[in-house]
Amino acid sequence: MDNQAALFYVFSAVLLIAAFRVITARSTVHAALFLVLAFFSASCIWMLLQAEFLAITLVLVYVGAVMVLFLFVVMMLDINTDQFRQNFWQHLPLAGLIGAIIAVEMALVLMSGFRVSQAAPVDPRLAEYGNTRLLGIEIYTHYLYPLQLAAVLLFVAMVAALALTLRKRKDVRAMDPGLQVRVKRSDRVRIVQMAPEVEDAAAPEAPAAESSPGQSPKGAA
Amino acid sequence: MGSITLGHVLSLGAILFALSVIGIFLNRRNLIVLLMAIELMLLAVNLNFVAFSHYLGDMTGQVFVFFILTVAAAESAIGLAILVVLFRNRASINVEELDTLKG
Repeated sequence: MDNQAALFYVFSAVLLIAAFRVITARSTVHAALFLVLAFFSASCIWMLLQAEFLAITLVLVYVGAVMVLFLFVVMMLDINTDQFRQNFWQHLPLAGLIGAIIAVEMALVLMSGFRVSQAAPVDPRLAEYGNTRLLGIEIYTHYLYPLQLAAVLLFVAMVAALALTLRKRKDVRAMDPGLQVRVKRSDRVRIVQMAPEVEDAAAPEAPAAESSPGQSPKGAA
Repeated sequence: MGSITLGHVLSLGAILFALSVIGIFLNRRNLIVLLMAIELMLLAVNLNFVAFSHYLGDMTGQVFVFFILTVAAAESAIGLAILVVLFRNRASINVEELDTLKG
């Protein structure tokens, strides 16, 4: 058993244990952290398979972005995890049966063939380029159009995620600077036309005071 | 137990896929762990792609992994956004309580 095979077995064991803990962890935060471990081990296995660029991408994109997103959401939501643990193992027989069926089917396929033990011989001229450059050549020549589509897809996903979670709070008193700047004199001051009020000296004083004592004598303008 | 063959890596991918299927059955109420199990499934598929690409000497497999990573990132972002909106409206992420459409 050479060095590479030993490393493969170690990383595989860590990957499978981490995956098992992801699906059985009691707390969701633990599940997310074990998922980080699983992605990291998978990245190491990809490194053994000489896919360096994708291994680094997996760590950067998944461990760096997606799992942090998961952790943020888990910690932002106040979730009572006890309700999920009731009858947790209730569906284990069915789940185990289906998992075993999948494993057996795959084993039947895999045992018959796929004995390729040696990697395909690489053209030494291409091997000088390295994995990243070869992948770049492939993507930017044959798969340029799908690459643009993937970029558009990411953009749409970003806008959609923002639009979904955006909300207008109604309990916030905020100023709108644009409205404040654009205000005109006519919005603040209103000039009304009205008849001039003059002191009516000739008005009879006594009857007005008797009829309605609350009213001022010059009330009618 | 010699060197690693293609079958070894494919078996690892198969076991990982079966584990995540079992996880979907076990955690059928917790929406967040369901999303994580889906991520594990995608990882298993990607592992197979990388293995084939390495042992058959074809870079196209790695290009496909690249695109699958893109789609998976978009999927998890939108899935988590929907989850947040769902929690805001229902104050729960229990799948069994999402029965508004049930007659």
